[in-house]
Amino acid sequence: MRTRKIGHYGVGIDIGSTCAKTVMIDPDGKAVWRDLRPTGWSSVETARAISSDLSKGFGEEVEKHYVATGYGRVSVPFADKCITEISCHAKGAVLLFGEKNLNVIDIGGQDTKLIVVTEGVVSEFLMNDKCSAGTGRFLEVMANTLSMTPAQLCTLAGTGKETQISSLCTVFAESEVINLIGRGTAREDIAWAVVDSIVRKVRTQAGKLRLGKGPLCLTGGLCDFPYVREKLQAAFGREVLTSPDARFAGAFGAAQYALELTR
Amino acid sequence: MADYVKMWENLGMDLESHDLLCQVLPTAVGDVFMTQENRPKAMDFWDLVISEVHGIRPAELIEEQKKGRKVFGTFCVFVPDEVIIAADGIVTGLCGGSQFWVPGGEEVLPKNTCPLIKASVGARLGRTCPFFRIADVYVGETTCDGKKKAYEILGQDVPMYIMDVPQMKRPKDLVKWKEEIADFAAKVEEITGNTLSVEKLKDAIRIVNEKRKAMKRVYDARKSEILPISGRDALLMTQISFFDDPERCAKMCNRLADELEQRIRDGVSVVPAGTRRILLTGTPLAVPNWKLHNIIETSGAVVVCEEMCTGTRYFENLVDGSAETLDELYMALSERYMKNNCACFTPNPGRIEDIIRLAKEYKADGVIDCSLKFCGLYDIEKRSVAEALKAEGIPVLSLETDYEDSDAGQLRTRIEAFVEMLNES
Repeated sequence: MRTRKIGHYGVGIDIGSTCAKTVMIDPDGKAVWRDLRPTGWSSVETARAISSDLSKGFGEEVEKHYVATGYGRVSVPFADKCITEISCHAKGAVLLFGEKNLNVIDIGGQDTKLIVVTEGVVSEFLMNDKCSAGTGRFLEVMANTLSMTPAQLCTLAGTGKETQISSLCTVFAESEVINLIGRGTAREDIAWAVVDSIVRKVRTQAGKLRLGKGPLCLTGGLCDFPYVREKLQAAFGREVLTSPDARFAGAFGAAQYALELTR
Repeated sequence: MADYVKMWENLGMDLESHDLLCQVLPTAVGDVFMTQENRPKAMDFWDLVISEVHGIRPAELIEEQKKGRKVFGTFCVFVPDEVIIAADGIVTGLCGGSQFWVPGGEEVLPKNTCPLIKASVGARLGRTCPFFRIADVYVGETTCDGKKKAYEILGQDVPMYIMDVPQMKRPKDLVKWKEEIADFAAKVEEITGNTLSVEKLKDAIRIVNEKRKAMKRVYDARKSEILPISGRDALLMTQISFFDDPERCAKMCNRLADELEQRIRDGVSVVPAGTRRILLTGTPLAVPNWKLHNIIETSGAVVVCEEMCTGTRYFENLVDGSAETLDELYMALSERYMKNNCACFTPNPGRIEDIIRLAKEYKADGVIDCSLKFCGLYDIEKRSVAEALKAEGIPVLSLETDYEDSDAGQLRTRIEAFVEMLNES
């Protein structure tokens, strides 16, 4: 016997280098399910686990359409479509911030993206090169060297005083941090330098494109750290918006694309 | 496959290392070319040449050398083939398009040298490129600092002749380049033992012009909304043309163009209608560098034109062969070659004008400007290229890459996102 369907739902799965983010939205675009878990060693396994958990809460009665995004997007075997994180973050940000013209700064685990959105669509974008400077990975490596979590580092940085890490390369910068530790520099000052280095790198990258009129919106893993947002505001000289769901921006966008597939 | 081992051995090549190279190439050719559907039949010529790229042509060159002809190995589209051909010399390109050769190059060059230079030096010093082994003389030119210094290494055991390319385009620079061509002609006469004549040079000008016209016919077919050939196949044709005999090259390109023009009349396209058309600009793509074309054409877009030395710059503009003295013909050559808008010139507004003109002629939906890592000239020019294109309302994506496959995923994300952007706008 066929279960009676109660409507089309969009599921967006954003498999990032560090975390997998999933959002399911109902036919009206309202989020009814959110999931955040480490990507782990196998994107395929993680995707399957997400699908299985999702089905526990929402069975056959909802018709699910899947869009996968993020660097692991090709590892979601049941996805109806793969769409890049650029398009998904842009769409997600438009939904989350309720603006059609905005600029997205997404600091992810492995790359940093800057996206200019004009009238709801991407008009220009930029991603960092192979180097991990200015990304979440940079922060993780430095936090690890300082025996802290990234969250602790970003909080502590707010109490530090101006200190410089000159190198933008993660490997060299780590040596510099070790040097600072050796010289007895206060931990909060080193934390200050780490956040400063990320913010400076993002600001420099942004110089390569023409930011649009609308607000700057911070998405990705670092949006939960108020101090990072504060520093970005200072660096750009304009307000930086964020949202409790900003970490899910890519998944929101993917879910919205999934819903649109049915139309 | 014919047995070329004896020939490679006689050339003093490192057979063991060369075997490794021979093992990877068929896989790459299979992945990049043979997976395509509905290819023009006339590509059979280039499929054959690439399948034995270190065999067929090198064997021909050696046969010609036995007759006393000299082989000139060149690195750049500034070297006037006409002068060499007029003295009965043979021009060939040299290897430098694979990651295979990069580590060898890095043994003697700084790491932050562009992969094209590192690969060339690696191919030469590692003795795994027959063309480097065969050439009687290498002809270099001063189009970038990296090459200038690399020639000092390459010239250690083979005669190396260097042409000094002007860095600006004032009238006196055209005269200077004419003088460089005249000096080169004297050198070519010395190497070949043949004297240049007006008649011979005019004939060589005609031969090379015919080759350019034939290549242009193939490229013109790519301007059609009904796209009769993929970017990958067109690129292969261009890359091989640097190594081939110019008259055979013209014949084969014309044969291909005949088929492409028929395809257009028959409405035969290699891509579905609406596939986004990309103009690629930037640093040259030496064989077997097909990385970017392959990623673009497996990301829902297609390459319709290459504004690069392995592209339009190789065949655009003909030489006026109407003059009746060598000096005037050298000037005619200078005028044609100096129309090349290489990033070595300052200022270089011509390149931007070319990109915009070609984007319109080839009906490109977007431009991808990609430079090889550590190519400062093209990298710096990206900003002015991007600004000019934006002002024209032509979307542009700037990229940087090398010969390694490790950034393929990142490139694919950027290119797919660019295609999605073109599809949504």
